[in-house]
Amino acid sequence: MHDHLLSLLIWLPIAAGIVVLLLGERNIVAGRWLSLVASLVALALCVPLVRDFNTHTAAFQFVEKAAWIPRFHAYYALGVDGISMPLVVLTALMTIPVLIAGWQVITKRPAQYYAAFLIMEGLMIGVFSATDALLFYFFWEAMLIPMFLIIGIWGGPRRVYATIKFFLYTFLGSVFMLAALIYMYVKAGSYSIAAFQALPLTLTEQRWIFAAFLLAFAVKVPMWPVHTWLPDAHVEAPTGGSVILAAIMLKMGGYGFLRFSLPIVPDACRELDTLVITLSLIAVIYIGFVALVQQDMKKLIAYSSIAHMGFVTLGAFLVYAIVRSTGATQGAAMGMDGAMVQMISHGLISGALFLCVGVLYDRMHTRQIADYGGVINTMPVFAGFMVLFALANTGLPGTSGFVGEFLVILASFKASFWYSALAAVTLILGAGYTLWLVKRVVFGPVANDHVAKLSDVNGREFLILGVLALAVLALGVWPEPLLKIMEPSIQHLVSQAAATKIPV
Amino acid sequence: MNPHLLIAIPLAPLIAAVIAGLAGHRIGRAASHTITIAGVAIACGLSLYVLKQMYWDGVGTFNGPVYTWLVSDGVRIQVGFLIDRLSVLMMSVVTFVSLCVHVYTIGYMSDDPGYTRFFSYISLFTFAMLMLVMSNNFMQLFFGWEAVGMVSYLLIGFWYTRPSAIFANFKAFIVNRVGDFGFIIGIAALFSYTHSLSYTTAFAAAPHLAQQTLPVFGGVNALTLICVALFIGAMGKSAQVPLHVWLPDSMEGPTPISALIHAATMVTAGIFMVARMSPLFEHSSAALSFVLVIGATTAFFMGILGVVNNDIKRVIAYSTLSQLGYMTAALGASAYSAAIFHLMTHAFFKALLFLAAGSVIIGMHHEQDMRKMGGLAKYMPITAITCWVGGLALVATPFFSGFYSKDAIIEAVGMSHRWGSTYAYWCVLLGAYITSLYTFRLLFMTFHGEERFRKVHAGEGHEHGHDGHGEHGGHGVHEPHESPWVVTVPLIALAIPALLIGYFTVGKILYGNYFGSAIEVLPAHNVLGRMAADYHGPLQLALHAFLTAPFWLAVAGLFTAWLFVLKRPDLADAAAVKFAWLKRILDQKFYFDWFNEQVIARVSRGIGIGLWKAGDQGLIDGAVVNGTAASVGWLGGVVRRVQSGYLYSYAFWIVIGLAALLGWFLVHA
Repeated sequence: MHDHLLSLLIWLPIAAGIVVLLLGERNIVAGRWLSLVASLVALALCVPLVRDFNTHTAAFQFVEKAAWIPRFHAYYALGVDGISMPLVVLTALMTIPVLIAGWQVITKRPAQYYAAFLIMEGLMIGVFSATDALLFYFFWEAMLIPMFLIIGIWGGPRRVYATIKFFLYTFLGSVFMLAALIYMYVKAGSYSIAAFQALPLTLTEQRWIFAAFLLAFAVKVPMWPVHTWLPDAHVEAPTGGSVILAAIMLKMGGYGFLRFSLPIVPDACRELDTLVITLSLIAVIYIGFVALVQQDMKKLIAYSSIAHMGFVTLGAFLVYAIVRSTGATQGAAMGMDGAMVQMISHGLISGALFLCVGVLYDRMHTRQIADYGGVINTMPVFAGFMVLFALANTGLPGTSGFVGEFLVILASFKASFWYSALAAVTLILGAGYTLWLVKRVVFGPVANDHVAKLSDVNGREFLILGVLALAVLALGVWPEPLLKIMEPSIQHLVSQAAATKIPV
Repeated sequence: MNPHLLIAIPLAPLIAAVIAGLAGHRIGRAASHTITIAGVAIACGLSLYVLKQMYWDGVGTFNGPVYTWLVSDGVRIQVGFLIDRLSVLMMSVVTFVSLCVHVYTIGYMSDDPGYTRFFSYISLFTFAMLMLVMSNNFMQLFFGWEAVGMVSYLLIGFWYTRPSAIFANFKAFIVNRVGDFGFIIGIAALFSYTHSLSYTTAFAAAPHLAQQTLPVFGGVNALTLICVALFIGAMGKSAQVPLHVWLPDSMEGPTPISALIHAATMVTAGIFMVARMSPLFEHSSAALSFVLVIGATTAFFMGILGVVNNDIKRVIAYSTLSQLGYMTAALGASAYSAAIFHLMTHAFFKALLFLAAGSVIIGMHHEQDMRKMGGLAKYMPITAITCWVGGLALVATPFFSGFYSKDAIIEAVGMSHRWGSTYAYWCVLLGAYITSLYTFRLLFMTFHGEERFRKVHAGEGHEHGHDGHGEHGGHGVHEPHESPWVVTVPLIALAIPALLIGYFTVGKILYGNYFGSAIEVLPAHNVLGRMAADYHGPLQLALHAFLTAPFWLAVAGLFTAWLFVLKRPDLADAAAVKFAWLKRILDQKFYFDWFNEQVIARVSRGIGIGLWKAGDQGLIDGAVVNGTAASVGWLGGVVRRVQSGYLYSYAFWIVIGLAALLGWFLVHA
């Protein structure tokens, strides 16, 4: 089974999704259960993936390789290392609450809804496990389609505007990446990402490729100033769409920087790292202020996501400033560790927060903060979860939200006092916008009759929020298992990023 | 020392908190308080046992890991304990006060629907505070630091339907985060030099760090930057000016937590931290001067605010600010032992004062305004006597615990030659008068003089009568009553150390090198060492005090309070009219809150709205994104019939473009 574990993880959900689609809306009960079982099996498949993962090597594991398009030397090549494996597991994990959250809530074409999420799960796992650039690109673009449909069909009133904006932004960014990939294919004669990483490139070439990658990945992360699609997409997306968008899709941008930009064009990264870091710090501070004044809960969490993802790009690109400032790479791996942990943690926390908003939205059919107040009086259990996830979002130690931010702040001081100081502003701003949200929505006297009639979380909601709460706490109390998985790959990445590829 | 035993100390309250928190409604109120009290009692018993082992049995310092939190870039960050005489003293004080507060809570919260939740929180707090004081590294210190802040947040907002409570807890969290901003930068700065988060490494590196210059702000001493940044964290947690604004508002929480968290333990975390970091601070005189000036300022000016307030809890809160300022000033004068000693005595007498105030509040049927009290000593003798013990300790009456600690601080600051020490000395010396003034004012207004509650209630009864609720008029006055034993027993349990502990421990802790290597003082800074030369036992010290300035300043405060409260209350009103400008400044609490709310909060929201509307919506979306879409649309209009649909057209052209690109490569490949 190990020889095809990744293929199973990709194609099993997709196949299940197709079956659910074929069963149609009339057999939705069977379709639902099939979806749930398939997603649970996918998560179960992650058990051997984690258990048998060799934590002593940076090499790709569980590799598969088959001819795909021989004309282009493109292979169906899969494999995971310490950077991608945790993201695969995160994807498999986060799909389950999405399916459960939609259980009784989605009444419009539920079979298609379930199928879309299952297919998307497979495609996203494909993104993280492809080791062939064309295959990567295939998954990268293909997964836009189900997300596009999810927002377009099950979205809110302005879904058309949001989907177009979302699609254009992400698709336009990606096209430049494709051009860069094709360029390198022509030079290297292969689409293998490893070949790209080994390919010598002049500084001019690297600059162009860097720019293409930056466009593609910055849109996905998203980084300021190409972030404005995210709040709109989140606001219009159904709960499940928001969860996957925040928890997984944004991570593809961060993953792209780690897998493509840093190892393939290290010299351009060295030259332009200040740009990326500046944009990251703008994300932390500018977006933090913008989040403060949002009146829509989903928009607030969307902006919070952008600010938190700023830590990912900051941590990833610290290596050059650290080398410039100290003459050695020590500390760079900590920044990248922080970036990775932040991605996993943000996946859990933002997903949970969007689920919380979904719980409220299902009952009140509004996302406006002003329509709430004193939810704790009628939904005490829910309030407990919401406060926990909010505190995790503020980076409270003991929760996963702390680990990544802490590591990035520690590492960034080595690069520059100002990086560290500006990044640490998130302690204040993050607490400000998150807890102000909690103050206005959760605490206080019952604000109106609608709040007075709220009923607390049901068993289904309790289950998904409870599991995520445990994950957030576990990762906060003992992050070492995750760090151990990543360590060799991160060290390898640091050496790649610090090397030069300019032909002499 | 047995590490398992040490692990059990924080774990017992944690387990109890989890059980009471998750299953409290199922196991019931009695089971919840039993289990949490048992958890804290275990922690307290074990802490005292460790104290005995270390002090009497000569067991050495324990410094060891519990588990590896993470390894990143070769840096192993471990959860671990450093148990020496400093931490074991803190553990004992924290768990003892916590135990008293747990028992007291049974009475105080008896008719509160959040009973089990409250017990869960205070046990969780005890766990977090223990993790903080037992830590041997900065990560765990920061964990405990933030975790106590989180529980404080939850407890200030415990009565979550009160708008004032949820405003206060939000404010407390944000202000503390401003401090934590400095704290984490201090940790990061230290880490960037030492590649380690363990205390031992940091302490060993201190002399080296004192020689390093950091190229920011035109070049600053690295150790000074580290110490000042760490101290900014302490300013948040220990409520030093200007980050003190959250503490008076925190009185919105139930009284037991005012005693436990906002008087005895959490707010002293900053004091403890600086004392723990004494090997670092000792090498930076600039940082210590900063500490000294901030502490002395807080000690004097926050005390003044206690004089004009009429809410019994808020007066004690301002007193706490002032006393924390004393401790901070002691740190700044390198008298770390005196700071910790005052921390300990203050923990007992201030927790006592808060719990006594809580007892008064119960007795007065949830009235906190001292103007509606008076003469209560007759109705609540135990509360009155214990409260007097706490008050006398607070004003540093000779022989009371607070005397030994506070006089030492005043003297130490006076002997210090550090930059700012003259200013600081006048602040802490005149603070003795202020302390005495607000303390006796509180005691007189509450327990003595006219029984003003009769007047107030009679008036209300009269109004009720007018409104046609004649039956209420018959009730007349709610007679104040003494509190039940679960309330008075903790009062007595705290009154004993508040009275005696100074006398019996001053020789050891201040002048007997109790702390040993746990606190480092450079010989040149060792003011307590010089004071020790004149020390001839606690009795001598107390007798000598009758000849010193602080004592007579306290007497003057007593006289002033007596005059204005009991003898001639009309004089106070006249003074308020005559010095209206001063009264306005004091009523506005030196305008700190006004500045934070009207300037900082408003400007922050303004920036947010500006960036959102002008940046995101105006520039990025308006001009660039939709502008591009519009111009492409215009172009599309020109090249008519090519397309009609928005998305379709873009996708179409993209695909065409891609196909062309691919075709080109295929031909040339």
